[in-house]
Amino acid sequence: MSIGMEQLFWLYSIFVILLFICGTYCILATFNLIRALIGIEILIKAATLLIIVAGYITKNMALAQAIVITLIVIEVVFMVVASGIILGLFRHHNTIDTRKLKDLKG
Amino acid sequence: MTIDYILLTILLLAVIWTVMTIRLIRAVVGLAIVSVIVSIIMFRLSSDLAAVFELSVCAGLISVIFITTISFTSRVSKERLRIRRKERLSKFWALPIIIIAAIIILSRYHPSLNIMLTHAVPEPDVRKVLWNMRHIDLMGQVIILLVGVFGVVVLFKEGRK
Repeated sequence: MSIGMEQLFWLYSIFVILLFICGTYCILATFNLIRALIGIEILIKAATLLIIVAGYITKNMALAQAIVITLIVIEVVFMVVASGIILGLFRHHNTIDTRKLKDLKG
Repeated sequence: MTIDYILLTILLLAVIWTVMTIRLIRAVVGLAIVSVIVSIIMFRLSSDLAAVFELSVCAGLISVIFITTISFTSRVSKERLRIRRKERLSKFWALPIIIIAAIIILSRYHPSLNIMLTHAVPEPDVRKVLWNMRHIDLMGQVIILLVGVFGVVVLFKEGRK
């Protein structure tokens, strides 16, 4: 791997790590389900960016793009179903605060 | 390289704003901005098709889904918002410090990434890869979409009166 590519990969890797930290912090620090979904979305963005950069430096852009497109489709379906679950919870409990959702507690 | 630094810095700032802002709508707008910047980075890294997908689906459709979900939930009163703002400040003050510490630590570390690459092959078209090499992925996508539709139908079904 050439020096330029190595620098580029390391630069993007640093920012991907920072994105992972932000996403994980968002999930851990909040009790709001929609905000937790936003945290998951940030994690997915970081993964997408890493796949694209890896494809770019290994000259496998077509494969990387195919994987990213699959990832985006899965992401959308996940978001739609998760939003439906959140709305269902809101209808039943009138809240999306995880501290107040105790029905499944053993 | 300079424009990469600028784009990535804006991306990080948008993500921090998304995480730390109090209003959910603003967080969703921040997420859309993050998607736009990621798609610009994809264009720069010559991933045109993935960038178009990212821009239209992630910045567009997912923002619409989030805004629809938020609009179905109830609005928070001003008093409650003030209390939440104080709570959030006490919860999220650590994030900028963690980010700055991570930047300092990671920028001092210069690993030698001696990754052995395979021989560069002529770049095939992404559509050929998707339809010929990764057709199982496509089948998986179709199945996941159907599962998503089924899930939405089940979740949004009204109970019998």
